[in-house]
Amino acid sequence: MSAITLTLNEELVTARQGQTILEVAREHSIHIPTLCYLEGLEEMGGCRLCMVEVQGSARPVPACITKAQEGMVVATDSETITEYRRMIVELLLAERNHTCAVCVQNGSCELQTLAARLGVDHVRFDYLHQQLSMDASRERFALDHNRCVLCLRCVRTCDAVEGAHTWDVRGRGVTSRIVADLDRPWGESVSCTDCGKCVQLCPTGALFRKGATVGEMVKEREFLMRLLERRRAIQGRQS
Amino acid sequence: MTRAELAELAEKEQVQRDAKKLRLLVCCGTPCLAAGSEAVVAALRQKLAESGSPAELEVVGTGCLGPCSRGPLVTVQRKGTPDMVYERMDPQQAVALLDAYLAAASLPQQNLLPEDLPFFRRQQRVVLQTCGLIDPEDIQQYIGHGGYEALAQVLHEMTPEEVCDGVTASGLRGRGGGGYSTGLKWQLVQKGTGSRKFVVANGDEGDPGAYMDRSLMESDPHRVLEGMAIAGYAVGAEQGYIYVRGEYPLAAQRLKTAIRDAERMGVLGSRVLDSNFSFRVDIRIGAGAFVCGEETALLASIMGRRGQPRIRPPYPAQSGLWGCPTLINNVETFGNIAAIFTMGPAAFASIGSGKSRGTKVFALCGEVCNTGLIEVPMGMPLREIIYDIGGGLPGGAAFKAAQTGGPSGGCIPASKLDTPVDYEHLQELGSIMGSGGLIVMGEKSCMVDVARFFMEFCLDESCGKCVPCRTGTIEIYRLLTRLCNGSAAARDLENLEKLCHLVKDTSLCGLGSAAPNPVLSTLHWFRDEYEAHLTDRRCPAGVCGMDVKPLHLMAEELLQRVVASRVNGEAF
Repeated sequence: MSAITLTLNEELVTARQGQTILEVAREHSIHIPTLCYLEGLEEMGGCRLCMVEVQGSARPVPACITKAQEGMVVATDSETITEYRRMIVELLLAERNHTCAVCVQNGSCELQTLAARLGVDHVRFDYLHQQLSMDASRERFALDHNRCVLCLRCVRTCDAVEGAHTWDVRGRGVTSRIVADLDRPWGESVSCTDCGKCVQLCPTGALFRKGATVGEMVKEREFLMRLLERRRAIQGRQS
Repeated sequence: MTRAELAELAEKEQVQRDAKKLRLLVCCGTPCLAAGSEAVVAALRQKLAESGSPAELEVVGTGCLGPCSRGPLVTVQRKGTPDMVYERMDPQQAVALLDAYLAAASLPQQNLLPEDLPFFRRQQRVVLQTCGLIDPEDIQQYIGHGGYEALAQVLHEMTPEEVCDGVTASGLRGRGGGGYSTGLKWQLVQKGTGSRKFVVANGDEGDPGAYMDRSLMESDPHRVLEGMAIAGYAVGAEQGYIYVRGEYPLAAQRLKTAIRDAERMGVLGSRVLDSNFSFRVDIRIGAGAFVCGEETALLASIMGRRGQPRIRPPYPAQSGLWGCPTLINNVETFGNIAAIFTMGPAAFASIGSGKSRGTKVFALCGEVCNTGLIEVPMGMPLREIIYDIGGGLPGGAAFKAAQTGGPSGGCIPASKLDTPVDYEHLQELGSIMGSGGLIVMGEKSCMVDVARFFMEFCLDESCGKCVPCRTGTIEIYRLLTRLCNGSAAARDLENLEKLCHLVKDTSLCGLGSAAPNPVLSTLHWFRDEYEAHLTDRRCPAGVCGMDVKPLHLMAEELLQRVVASRVNGEAF
């Protein structure tokens, strides 16, 4: 694996060929905010929070997917980029009902943390006030569409890690919804294995354990990489 | 079929056509069908049968002729005289035409279009050269007009590399809007490695007011198929897909007939024209998503997945359908290919201006006298398109702006009427060529309202994958609605601009990043209109209702009411 050199926030850093800008930045303790990205899942590039400026590129590029290249000059937090990130978080907050004070995830929510870190103290856009339902038909878990940010971590993990593909997306644009098994109540889903991976990986309070009350839902995401590494080790032994 | 048999068939067709003394070509494109051309064809055929079906007469239902607002159109071809085109024909008038001919009287002059109508005279037809002249469901008529000759020439005389070089030399660029060099794209796919390769024609034309691809697929499906087959040979693909928009059932049906006939004739399928090249084409019908016109979303849709774009690179030329190198071009781009090889790449490159070569088909619509489908050389000034071909605005109204490129494009103001219409010049003005929709607007159009219309379209068609496009478009729409109903506050205009730049810079695919173009371009050229809406609460064009009060005015009114009630000693 050959090494490459690039400039990250005016500092020369080395990276391995094939690494993404995000991976390089994290290795060098440079924070780039992310939401849909999660190590171990296939990158989607949907939340657009990890956008960084690359010299010579007309538009910002997503750091989670763009590969680092020799001689690249990257700026991760210019004024424009920071403002864009703030606006994206504001758009997410305005899109559905993110009322932290009554949310199970209050205090450990990724969207809340992002907003705090970016200094979002108000939302300049219209709240869309969508009338969204809640699906509490499953025995152990529940889904609250009001808190969903459509990062699709649940869809990706259910398909690629659990292999059940219970979750998918219905509709388009702002009317997109997460659906279980061709849009039936989660409780009637026959493919769901109740593994709870989607619940643990959900960045907000959209997927949660039943019985949790305000601020009680603390999620553990480290299991994903542990699981994948163990699988890799087993596969290595078998082959 | 061998090449010699093809030539023989073409000659036979030509002789048969020349033997006819009178041919009546009735336009059966969708607009003319809607105006009743089916009844005209039926009446003419019945009349022919009644008069004993003379061999010297022929009635043909053809594809689109162009001036769609004047349909049903009937073209009269008589030996030795120039073609005559009749507009707005009903069955009686059409039969009267035939009667006049049978009685050896002179043909009626009623509804006859002038011979030197600039609408036809100023056009240069390359892609549409046989549209309106042949029956799209009869492969022999296409062959009789030199069809599949280019394919035969390419298969028997050229190597795939030479074909790619020929397309590069012609200077052809993608007609779907991007404007990427077609030849370079072909070379990329040709050099790509994969177990299989694919050719895809993008016929998912969803821009409001654009119907170039539909007309081409309906009127001359074989031209598209021939272009795809040449592309298949050039890049080394044996399978092609043509993705037709779900709202175009007639196009899909005619393509289906065309593919079946072409396979029977041996110009598609296995061992095309007795060569070692095999090429199959299948149709895929869209399910009504604008975003499937974006190439990566279209490929996902062909593979049976949710039609959503993905991040490029890898480009389809490297990894497209099922991970194989895939060539994807617009239907109109494929429509140019046969012409490049029949007229020669150099002759093709001599049409047009600057870096834009060849011709472009436009769907001319809006406030213009002659609406319809036109094909002009690249670089023709906008003024000539609108005033010469289009005949100006009805009633001599003043021109205000032309919208090109649909929801991804922008508006061109009256001061830029002399701009040559090609890729570079349109981009300089903040618009794009797009697929070729051209909407003309007069003084009665409010530009804020126009921007709002396109934004409503974009928010409805956003796929929802990335946040800026999914939520940004709906917020832009809300801000524009506030401007239109008079309730906007001063910071709304500032927020509007910021949001537009956000969506433009950070959206995932081309559709999202182009969605704010109609707003940005109208803000650039017609800022005074936005300001009139905001500060004076007045719509200069008189379109917007302005019936909602802004919050600060409501607060003032409330205050006055409170004060008044105190003065009068009444309870508030």
